[in-house]
Amino acid sequence: MELSRGVDSDIQDSLKSYPAAPANKRSRWFSQFDGRDKWIALLMIGIPTLLHVALVWFPTVSSILLSFTNWNGIRFSSMEWVGLKNYQQIFGAFQRNTYQALLNNTVLMLFLFAGPTALGILLAYLLDKNIRGTRIYQAVFFTPVVLSLAVVGFIWKSVIYSTDNGLATQLFGGGKSVDWLGNQSFLIPIGDYGISHNFAAILVAIAWRHTGYIMVLYLAGLKAVDPSLREAALLDGSSEWQTFKNVIFPSLKPVNVVIVVITVIEALRAFDIIYVLNTPRKTEVLSILTTNNLLGEGGGNVGRGSAYATILFILCFGFVIWYVTNHYRNTQEGADS
Amino acid sequence: MSTRRYEFSPRASLAGYQIGRRGLLKAGAVAAGAAALGLTMGNRFASAQLDLGSATGDLSFGSNYSNDVPKAGLQAAIDALPNENVTVNINTVDHNTFQENITTYLQNPDDVISWFAGYRMQYFADQDLLGPIDDVWGQGLNETMSEGFKLASTGHDGLLYFVPFNYYAWGIYYRPSIFEANGWTPPTTLDELKALAEAMQTAGITPFAFGNDGRWPAMGTFDQINFRLNGYQFHMDLMAGLESWTDDRVKNVFQMWTEFLPWHQENPNGRTWEEAASTIVDGTSGMMTIGTFIGQQFPDADTSDLDFFVWPELNPEFGIGTVEAPIDGFLMAKNPKNPEAAKELLYHMGTAAGQDAYLAVDPSAVATANDVDTSGYSPLQLKVLEAVSSAPSVTQFLDRDTSPEFASNVAGQAFADFLADPGSIDGILEDMQAQAEVIFEQ
Amino acid sequence: MSAAVPQPYVHNKKRGHFSLGRILLYGFVTLTAIVWLVPLVGALYASLRPFADTVQNGFFSRPDTVTLDNYRRAWDQGDIARKYWNTALILVPALIFTLFFSSMVAFVCSRFSWRFNIFMLSLFTAGNLLPQQIIIQPLFQMYNRVPLPDWMSNSGKLNGSTWGIILIHIAFQSGFCTFVLSNYMKLLPKSLNEAARIDGASVWKQYWQIIMPLTLPALAALATLEFTWIYNDFFWAVVLEQQGADRPITSSLANLGGEFFTDDNLIAAASVFVALPTLVVYFALQRYFISGLTLGSEKG
Repeated sequence: MELSRGVDSDIQDSLKSYPAAPANKRSRWFSQFDGRDKWIALLMIGIPTLLHVALVWFPTVSSILLSFTNWNGIRFSSMEWVGLKNYQQIFGAFQRNTYQALLNNTVLMLFLFAGPTALGILLAYLLDKNIRGTRIYQAVFFTPVVLSLAVVGFIWKSVIYSTDNGLATQLFGGGKSVDWLGNQSFLIPIGDYGISHNFAAILVAIAWRHTGYIMVLYLAGLKAVDPSLREAALLDGSSEWQTFKNVIFPSLKPVNVVIVVITVIEALRAFDIIYVLNTPRKTEVLSILTTNNLLGEGGGNVGRGSAYATILFILCFGFVIWYVTNHYRNTQEGADS
Repeated sequence: MSTRRYEFSPRASLAGYQIGRRGLLKAGAVAAGAAALGLTMGNRFASAQLDLGSATGDLSFGSNYSNDVPKAGLQAAIDALPNENVTVNINTVDHNTFQENITTYLQNPDDVISWFAGYRMQYFADQDLLGPIDDVWGQGLNETMSEGFKLASTGHDGLLYFVPFNYYAWGIYYRPSIFEANGWTPPTTLDELKALAEAMQTAGITPFAFGNDGRWPAMGTFDQINFRLNGYQFHMDLMAGLESWTDDRVKNVFQMWTEFLPWHQENPNGRTWEEAASTIVDGTSGMMTIGTFIGQQFPDADTSDLDFFVWPELNPEFGIGTVEAPIDGFLMAKNPKNPEAAKELLYHMGTAAGQDAYLAVDPSAVATANDVDTSGYSPLQLKVLEAVSSAPSVTQFLDRDTSPEFASNVAGQAFADFLADPGSIDGILEDMQAQAEVIFEQ
Repeated sequence: MSAAVPQPYVHNKKRGHFSLGRILLYGFVTLTAIVWLVPLVGALYASLRPFADTVQNGFFSRPDTVTLDNYRRAWDQGDIARKYWNTALILVPALIFTLFFSSMVAFVCSRFSWRFNIFMLSLFTAGNLLPQQIIIQPLFQMYNRVPLPDWMSNSGKLNGSTWGIILIHIAFQSGFCTFVLSNYMKLLPKSLNEAARIDGASVWKQYWQIIMPLTLPALAALATLEFTWIYNDFFWAVVLEQQGADRPITSSLANLGGEFFTDDNLIAAASVFVALPTLVVYFALQRYFISGLTLGSEKG
């Protein structure tokens, strides 16, 4: 691979080599499997696939089916088929929880894009500029990403947000105690729902973790950008911002795709930080409602829990499918033209 | 889930229990009522005797006693098992994790399991996940445990599934030394309680310490006000889904609670009960509605400067007849690997020998066996024993008296919402009722 | 081009000259880094002080005493040594087999044109994006019905055994690894296969002796990444392992503030124990870490 070749053209190449591969090309490769080799290749691909399908996809499909049942998770004999009842309950008696969770997931997604994702990209761009000690800076920003959630939870609960003597209280409390994680009143009301104070506090903790992740992804992408592109643009008299906007950002399209997918999926799947902070009221997200109904003590309401999980699944997958087909089509058009 | 959990009229007070002297009479009447409902009180198998001392081998013991003090106490109780041929392996799991995963855990359990009496035990007995232990009771527990405990250990099928180990009492806990220094005395009427709270506030002490992180501590305050205002029977019926949360009687509870909120520590939802308890220990708060386990938060679990009084009468019709006293104890798995050893250990934990050994380490609870050595009891323990055994009716705790799903997914959240915005209680109660209907109808 | 393997680009060693922009740049990055460090330093600081001191003076006060006592107590109370060992028992085999399995799939999918290539890769990649919650209940029920001999499992079932946790880690993590490795292998020149075939090398030989050695940088990168991911996961083991003493460190201490430890300073010390292995791995292999992520991003 030549450095001057954009990463983008690679992906187009690789796409071309797939469905568009000429028949003779395929048969040429295929003819490499003779006799025993065919079976070996089949095993090499078959065993991992079997494991993956059995332990990941089979349970997923089962959960979708379970969402149409009423079951306590103990004996199959007590399972009854109830049709859409769980969904009616989720959007009926439990709608307040459901809509608040959907709102929280949405807010989280918008926030991730506007805050940590943007900051991560900015930091990556800056750290790519021959900064002395760039490794150290990278390490600082990335450390929160490698920390276990138990540790992150503790740090935010006890060190930062402790009501009486946390750092945030000492800095911003003005001498009084502040209930950072317990204050569930709405900071920004939206109809009957809204963004609660404690959810805003948790957003900060999530940002602390997410920024480093995005920074490293982008930094990695930037390393692959041909520096002559940037130099040429700067010589042209383009400003720094124009260079980034018109030259660097577009050339990082594959990284951008990954970042969009990761940010959206992380926003939808968000679970652990909120969970280790004991899920303060009004900070519930879909994954938390799922867990509360699915596991939880004696609760074991597998039907309703699975219905929440199915909604989560549809959102994740709806997005991924929409995005990937859109992306592939655009790339294909680009490749064809 | 079926409606089977409710097929015995809650009028029979199945979830409540009686302890001790006066209780025996009333419990007898309850047992008679239960028998009329088709229950046999477990002595169906009383003839089968355990061969004590014959068990050998390994026994696994699932424990949620993960705090320092209870953990050491449990170890002491197990060490006191007279049979040296049994090796007990304790599987300690942190309290919260244990509780959240109980449903999956019981499908692959240890032989003996720490758990709670009443509703939460009966639910799993209904699911056929527990082993009946009538023979353990037949060994002598029938004589040393009150009928109330026996009722709380009995499943809906009339078999015994639980060995009660100890219990504690909810009430308003305080430090007598602080009351003395300020010339305060424990209140006996609502007016006195209000006057005391005022006096504390004037003295610069927060009247009520309050922390609701985890969303269960506030249930304790709700229970107290509810059974004082509306009586034991209404409380238990509400827990069973037979009364409505939009009933005016429930609204009165929240009205009373709202009146008391200004005397409570602000922002309870973000504070753990331990943090709140520490303000009792250091004297910045005056009192706290909590259980006897607050004693574990005192330095070296020294409870010599800890006492409690009960919530005063709020409704002359019901007086102060109800006490909230959750019972902890042990279950046996449906198919234990070592049933002989499991039963021998369960029997041991039900006897004075096992319970004395525990209380020597953790004096913040009271034994269930009536032949334990109470001479070593602290004044606090004696007071709990007296309060509970003289009470005409005893509740466990909101999350033990109702469906766990309702407690953790509905009530806990609704109370937190109420504490955050007491003015919105009407909407909260409507939601609660709608969700209760969904859960109790299943 | 034989240099088809992506290589980190090295900038010209031209140092930026001293300018206002440069100062602002350093100022901004340094300030942000300090903000990022505060929570970490706070936790570390708390771990070195006795509880009473913190309670009296607040978290961010000058310490009366600095002590390693919290570490000693956390080590004993949390049974940390045992929990590190439990983690290793899960982590090492899970890591090896994740890489082994996904490299095989990636090899077959990327080096040979099959009708199902895109489908296979989508299956694995999409599997990696699923929420764990949708998998757990049916997985538990399956595991609870698979018997294992006593020497493999104390519970006699796949549920409650280390094997079950290893298997789900392999199945779940192989999604991401397959995605990354197939992108990487696609960049290796196709002529390698043809040459090998002419030499009469079997498929296995092509995989193990020709492609795998060239894939080592990507494998090293993925190993460091997967190390942190598998290490940090607490969800599977909390549900699938019922014996507290057999749970990996992050599961048994997921609720650090819960019940095992009594005071915040002790929890801080325990947190440091939990964080240590990933920090060590990250700092030792920082370069691979970043190139590992590169692999995922470069091919979209």
